[in-house]
Amino acid sequence: MVLEKDLNLDATELRLGLPGSSEESLRISNKRALPDMNDDSGVAAAKKCDQETAPPTKAQVVGWPPIRSYRKNSLQTKKTEAETGGMYVKVSMDGAPYLRKIDLKVYKGYPELFKALEDMFKFKVGKYSEREGYNGSEFVPTYEDKDGDWMLVGDVPWEMFINACKRLRIVRGSEARGLGCV
Amino acid sequence: MNYFPDEVVEHVFDFITSHKDRNSVSLVCKSWYKIERYSRQRVFIGNCYSITPQRLIARFPGLKSLTLKGKPHFADFNLVPHDWGGFLDPWIKALAKSRIGLEELRLKRMVVSDDSLELLSKSFPNFKSLVLVSCEGFTTDGVAAIAANCRFLRELDLQENEVEDHRGHWLSCFPESCTSLVSLNFACLKGEINLASLERLVARSPNLKSLRLNRVVPLDTLQKLLMRAPQLVDLGIGSYVDDPSSEVFTKLKAVIQLCNSIRSLSGFLEVAPCCMSAIYPICENLTFLNLSYAPGLQGNDLTKLVQHCRKLQRLWILDCIGDKGLGVVASTCKELQELRVFPSDPFDAGNAAVTEEGLVLISAGCPKLNSLLYFCHQMTNAALITVAKNCTNFIRFRLCILDPVKADPVTNQPLDEGFGAIVRSNKSLKRLSLSGLLTDQVFLYIGMYAKKLEMLSIAFAGDSNKGMLYVLNGCKKLRKLEIRDCPFGDVALLEDMGKYETMRSLWMSSCEVTLGACKTLAKKMPSLNVEIINESEQLEFSLDDRLLVDKMYLYRTLVGHRKDEPEYVLLL
Repeated sequence: MVLEKDLNLDATELRLGLPGSSEESLRISNKRALPDMNDDSGVAAAKKCDQETAPPTKAQVVGWPPIRSYRKNSLQTKKTEAETGGMYVKVSMDGAPYLRKIDLKVYKGYPELFKALEDMFKFKVGKYSEREGYNGSEFVPTYEDKDGDWMLVGDVPWEMFINACKRLRIVRGSEARGLGCV
Repeated sequence: MNYFPDEVVEHVFDFITSHKDRNSVSLVCKSWYKIERYSRQRVFIGNCYSITPQRLIARFPGLKSLTLKGKPHFADFNLVPHDWGGFLDPWIKALAKSRIGLEELRLKRMVVSDDSLELLSKSFPNFKSLVLVSCEGFTTDGVAAIAANCRFLRELDLQENEVEDHRGHWLSCFPESCTSLVSLNFACLKGEINLASLERLVARSPNLKSLRLNRVVPLDTLQKLLMRAPQLVDLGIGSYVDDPSSEVFTKLKAVIQLCNSIRSLSGFLEVAPCCMSAIYPICENLTFLNLSYAPGLQGNDLTKLVQHCRKLQRLWILDCIGDKGLGVVASTCKELQELRVFPSDPFDAGNAAVTEEGLVLISAGCPKLNSLLYFCHQMTNAALITVAKNCTNFIRFRLCILDPVKADPVTNQPLDEGFGAIVRSNKSLKRLSLSGLLTDQVFLYIGMYAKKLEMLSIAFAGDSNKGMLYVLNGCKKLRKLEIRDCPFGDVALLEDMGKYETMRSLWMSSCEVTLGACKTLAKKMPSLNVEIINESEQLEFSLDDRLLVDKMYLYRTLVGHRKDEPEYVLLL
């Protein structure tokens, strides 16, 4: 915890004063100068912190609050996930020299997604029908789902798709025939 | 004096199951010591450095079940550096070489390697049960070895471990012939698993009573699993997200109605609140509900759910339930014995989720309350005094005010009187954690009244050595004392050195203890290991005895210094 070290640079220095001298107990006083000292902690606390130091910024004390790291980490992850909200997946196209990454959350539905892919890889998606898959193009958009299976893009509702999609692959040519085409 | 043949005495000892009692029995006389040690099957070792595996094996050749704890408790809060110790490896190696027929291993705060797990899985043909709590150092490869090689595995329980997930197929490593599973908990694993393998495993485990899933297991798989295992007693749900109008969800609602043995419910690691109504039918029978990992549920959702849980005995919940929600708990859950309220946002003091009011309501409504862990933003003496009047059965009382030195906001006084009232009226109190603004006075009360206290955690409290001395002198049953950031120093540390032989361990960090005092203690008490943990680069240990130590951990031991300490630990 970087901030903690900021508060306690002195703690890592060696002091040779006698116990009880203000220099030596400097470290302890520092540590007791906690966040939020300025307001409601009352007279007693103020007495303890008679030492110097400007009130530290809202720093996080190491190991406080006493919550297991496992629990802290899992709450943090959920927070970051909620906040960043990005749903980046890799997109590969057969024949392309490198892959791309797109954020699925940015699109509102399949049409927008296809437009973005078409722009990115310079191809055209065929016309989708439930019976026949994509007609009219040698490029077929596919995705890998949570089970590891390769599926045709467009069969399931958009929400379900973005939750299930782990990566995208634009299949071309004869391989494309296997998916959804008679 | 032994009027009975050994076999009869041994038979009598069979009825004595608690570790404490068996330990006492073994001290009565040589004969009883001998009979006891040959018949002992379960051994609990609270500090893995207090004894060596070799001595354990020599004394208890009939050992079947071993519990080991490694790192000190404050390791949970990142106060103990990585690689401090607590390695499982030497234990497994020694046990594997011996003729011990190990069947059960329970570990807490230990460093467990994949190699250890593999050796474990191959060395004990009757191995049945592995429980790992807050451990680290292993990957799903190690878990796979256990699954693959333990032919009679009944229990695989992974609780809150840091596991590197290789996204391997550990679940598929359970052979088709494995049908003995009673308990499977993999909620802490983060990676994908083979859902089809999971379904088949559950289908061929007729004795399965406890199943806790991780967050990648979706709702439709849950529905299929419950179809296969309606006899479950304990269920941990992974992902609980679906469209309430979907066919899968309708099926789930139907199958849940059949699961009338479920008494314990946890998880909801991913959750859509609109789906919670499907759970209501099983709420009636629940005795344990753990929603502390379900931040997707808001206060209203929690309150609605809790209203159905009349038989609840243990509740773990996030503070977004709010004081009002706790009021609902208080009026609904009359059988409540244990309550844990965790902060949903540990670093944001903005949203005052629960305060002293919630706690007072609980204390008034739940007469059987005996165990509390409560994270809140503020507490008053008046509230604590009221709680102490309402509740006199506390065994565990842990209060954590998020601002560590916060006074009573109404009176601006320290919380000494409040905690004093708690210890005065709860004579059976075994475990206590303090927080808030506290002076030496609270320790006077603790020393005076907390006669059964075994574990005490102190942070940012006290004024002088007197505080620590009150505790050491008054709490005769004290076993574990952990202190951080308090003005306790050499005088307190050295006053009664013999006391530490009656305790398991003492932790002091960021206090006012000098290197010299620690050296003195280590010299006078050879039965203690005194460890100095120092992480700053410039320190050389040969330096001045007047230096304040950053972290000191001492514990009683029968086997002297350990040999596996890292560079930054000095054993005095």
